[in-house]
Amino acid sequence: MTPLALLGVISSAIFSGTSLLYTTLGEIVGERSGIVNLGLEGVLLVSAASGFAASAVSGNPYVGVLVAMLAGGLMNLVLGYLVVTRKANQLASGLALMFFGFGLSAWIGRAYVGAKIVGLPRLSLPGLSNLPILYGSLLSFDPLIYLVLPTAVLVWWVLFRTRWGLSLRAVGEAPDTAFAAGRNPGRIRYRALLVGGLLAGVGAAHLSIAYAMNWTEYMTAGRGFIAIALVIFSKWHPLRAIVGALLFSGAVAFQLLLQSSGIQVSPFLLNTVPYLLTLLVLIGWGGRRKYAAPASLGRVYQGTE
Amino acid sequence: MAEPTDRRAPAGPRRILNGGLRYAAMAALAFVLFGVILRLAGKDPLQAYRDIFTSTLGSAYGISEVFVTMTPLLLTALAVALPSRLGLINVGGEGQLYMGALLATWAALRFSHLPSWLLLPMMIVLGMIGGGLWAVPAGYLRAKGIVNETITTLLLNVVAPSIVAFFVFGFWHSPMDTNKTPNFVPAARLPTLFGTRVDLSLVIGVGLLALFWFVMTRTRWGLEMRSIGGNPWASRRNGIPVQRYIVGVMVVAGGLAGLAGMAQVSGYYGVLLANFSRGLGYMGFLVSWLAGGSPLGILVTSFVVAVILTGGNLLQLTRDVPYSVINILLAMTLFVVLARPRFQRRRKTA
Repeated sequence: MTPLALLGVISSAIFSGTSLLYTTLGEIVGERSGIVNLGLEGVLLVSAASGFAASAVSGNPYVGVLVAMLAGGLMNLVLGYLVVTRKANQLASGLALMFFGFGLSAWIGRAYVGAKIVGLPRLSLPGLSNLPILYGSLLSFDPLIYLVLPTAVLVWWVLFRTRWGLSLRAVGEAPDTAFAAGRNPGRIRYRALLVGGLLAGVGAAHLSIAYAMNWTEYMTAGRGFIAIALVIFSKWHPLRAIVGALLFSGAVAFQLLLQSSGIQVSPFLLNTVPYLLTLLVLIGWGGRRKYAAPASLGRVYQGTE
Repeated sequence: MAEPTDRRAPAGPRRILNGGLRYAAMAALAFVLFGVILRLAGKDPLQAYRDIFTSTLGSAYGISEVFVTMTPLLLTALAVALPSRLGLINVGGEGQLYMGALLATWAALRFSHLPSWLLLPMMIVLGMIGGGLWAVPAGYLRAKGIVNETITTLLLNVVAPSIVAFFVFGFWHSPMDTNKTPNFVPAARLPTLFGTRVDLSLVIGVGLLALFWFVMTRTRWGLEMRSIGGNPWASRRNGIPVQRYIVGVMVVAGGLAGLAGMAQVSGYYGVLLANFSRGLGYMGFLVSWLAGGSPLGILVTSFVVAVILTGGNLLQLTRDVPYSVINILLAMTLFVVLARPRFQRRRKTA
């Protein structure tokens, strides 16, 4: 194992973990307000497709990122209309949103299969410019990667250190009480979903515009569900989500590491490790998990009359 | 994640009329929106709708294809409806389906020399065992109050396709393709009916729906299960073994989804493909939820869903629109039902 190979492994793990962390953060914001979005997979697909299409049309990857965010936000607002305004069942609405995303993304992306885009630029870390070019290229990342950890801290700060975050969490725990305290649960949930959708959009943009740099149907390959699992693993906490994303990236890195050292371990089996680990962690917590999840998660707020 | 009961006053006639109008308008809206999307793609929406309906309901062949699409949905919906009677939310149909397909495929490849009358029952049993075992953790952890079954089943859904991929890519793939097994021998294929692609699993599915209705309404098991769904605490006080029911029902539900997986590989494909299901389990959840978990409702809803999906297949052939685009029409129809006015809402969830 040369240092170069090790660096390559770390670099690719960072790339695969970034989109996941953005998505997980978005889902945390939504779930903290009491709404579980099982349609995340569809949201990601639509964002990835529209972001990619916008990049291809405009030739500017940043436009692509913005469009992807917007698409993510709009998709989540569709869910908001169903579960907040129409008071529909959250799990069923989420799954319907997922199938909507399957279809919409295939339609948006159909003209851009195989299209070439300019990906997000890679920026080297300062002070590394004197390294050999190969090292330098492995250690240069796009802006979204640099921003992902600050974003996680920002989400934590907003959720736990601002009045808005307090209201949001209050609605997720006890919407009746929040309503009695003068909050508007519906409006807060819409906002939480919008923010969550924007974040998921960034994650999807990173996938299609910076990482894969192409569009294929179902390209997210279950990342939406992985993010939902990571939300549970991180106990609905943005900073623990970093650990969760690292765990996932670590599994990817470990996989590549083993491959490059000639040890034959199936990547498919290694892929299952994070989820089995999550399940074990949940079992380890025992019934205490219920103190971690927002108390009214998945419930329909009927209104207080 | 139970929904509290509707606290609003009963609907008056005026409200029903308003609601009904809105419902019809929204249903029309779903079709108009999808029409706009087709129009934007340069297709004629009216022609597309006509094609969808004539191709599916206009010929015997079309109807038989609808039955083909509908078959796995019957079983995966049943895998959701049964536990929902106990207040359990099984979102794990997808994973259970994969594990059922996995074990059935093992039998098909390992015992390919056996005659059909021996091999097929063996595959059916193994398919059900595969799905059933995959539901054990969810049932056990829920019964012991450790982890919610929704969370367990969602996590295991992500794991199952990886395990299938592990076996397909690692051991079972055919010499030509890396992502699928060799074609099954004829003895390992479910018999088809009347020269169509409809196979025996449709009959099994409808039979199981009838059995579900019978067990739920005419037996002590059904009574006790409904009792647990109503009030688990009181049921336990009355001596119903609630924990045993929870585990047992989850295993049976997993077995049903596993059977759907077995039918997909043995009947529909005749081969095990890695990632063969794009959400059949989740679609089953939606079907069961829309049908309110009733057997007849599941039959009707899965038929309607299958008409749309099968019509989408045709759109691809004649209008060169990607097949998945039909998911838009399907989802919009679902949205309309989800957003339907409250007077029609059932109290039961999933």
